[in-house]
Amino acid sequence: MAQIFHRSTNLIARVSILGAVFIIAAVTWALAALNRSPYVTQVGVAREQPVPFSHKHHVKQLGIDCRYCHTSVEEGRFAGIPPTETCMTCHSQIHATSPMLEPVRESWRTNRPIPWTRVYDLPDFVYFDHSIHVKKGVACVTCHGPVDEMPLVWKASTLHMEWCLECHRQPERYIRPREYVFRTDWAPREDQRELGRRLVREYKIDRPERLTDCSVCHR
Amino acid sequence: MGFLLVLALAGSACRQDMHDQPRYKPLAGSAFFEDGRASRPLVEGTIPRGYVKTDGHLYTGKVNGRLAETFPFPITRPVLERGRERYDIFCAPCHGRDGYGEGIIVQRGFRRPPSFHTERLRQAPVGHFFDVITNGFGTMYGYASRIRPEDRWAIVAYVRALQLSQNATLSDVPPAERRRLIGGGE
Repeated sequence: MAQIFHRSTNLIARVSILGAVFIIAAVTWALAALNRSPYVTQVGVAREQPVPFSHKHHVKQLGIDCRYCHTSVEEGRFAGIPPTETCMTCHSQIHATSPMLEPVRESWRTNRPIPWTRVYDLPDFVYFDHSIHVKKGVACVTCHGPVDEMPLVWKASTLHMEWCLECHRQPERYIRPREYVFRTDWAPREDQRELGRRLVREYKIDRPERLTDCSVCHR
Repeated sequence: MGFLLVLALAGSACRQDMHDQPRYKPLAGSAFFEDGRASRPLVEGTIPRGYVKTDGHLYTGKVNGRLAETFPFPITRPVLERGRERYDIFCAPCHGRDGYGEGIIVQRGFRRPPSFHTERLRQAPVGHFFDVITNGFGTMYGYASRIRPEDRWAIVAYVRALQLSQNATLSDVPPAERRRLIGGGE
């Protein structure tokens, strides 16, 4: 029986076995990169909303405190989406006939909530509580980015586990004094690590070994 | 290659079940209830445990049907500081940080509220301020759903402090603090 393959194909076979390693590595890398890309994480992609509510206008230009609308952020797991009543507190008089705000007035008239589009959606197997983070000196902007610069809100962080752990492993790099948690313009006046280490002691923040325990978030 | 693709697709396709478990998150929408809300309003006539409001003074600002002249609990420095914080969050947008009624929202066209520093409001009982925060007044909406009663009283205490501050003389300042004030302070 004649040889089907020439002897030289042996080399091709050997190279492709070796190549398979690279192909698998490349596919794995591509998938990991895709998983971290804004295409999947939606980081930096401004969300359309039923009313084009601008945090930039309300926070930066008017100076309204985060807690005016997000009333439960200091006490609960959920920061709170303001009821239509909160919008109408000002907009019953200001821009009271603006077509842009018609969905707000309609919601007020019909007593049906405005269907806002959720921007940050943690997986359901993760426990998260806003209040404890706020109490331990994690600022709004640390996770949510420069909200006061966002005409429409976009996601500023991936919410990947590696992102959570980044801070749970070394909180001293991110925390600030409690009284500045709701400020958007704060910057440390001293070395962040030094300040952070002091605050970790003062606020009795647990050791990284404890903070990175599985059951802290997956409970 | 095909195997890898299948593996990748399988790996990414089944994960959503754990991500989105069949339960409601706060304020989520619901196709089940007629009004589309998953967060249900309280059934009429029911009171959550621990929320029964027996203390009329604390919850309505009234004593025997008349606006209270006193606070329902002692006003300490932490209460005043809490009051300042809450005032700056909820009241300052209209009333201004100093209480003259020229906050940013007023500058943008909202009807100007009266200054806290008029004789009428300086004489008004504390229950009046509590009642206005709770139920609203004129164009101002009530804040009962946004500020808890204890915090409303803390705000009232801070408004009183603001009123005092605008009519204070140097002799009202404790001697130890006086020098700081004259020297320009820190």
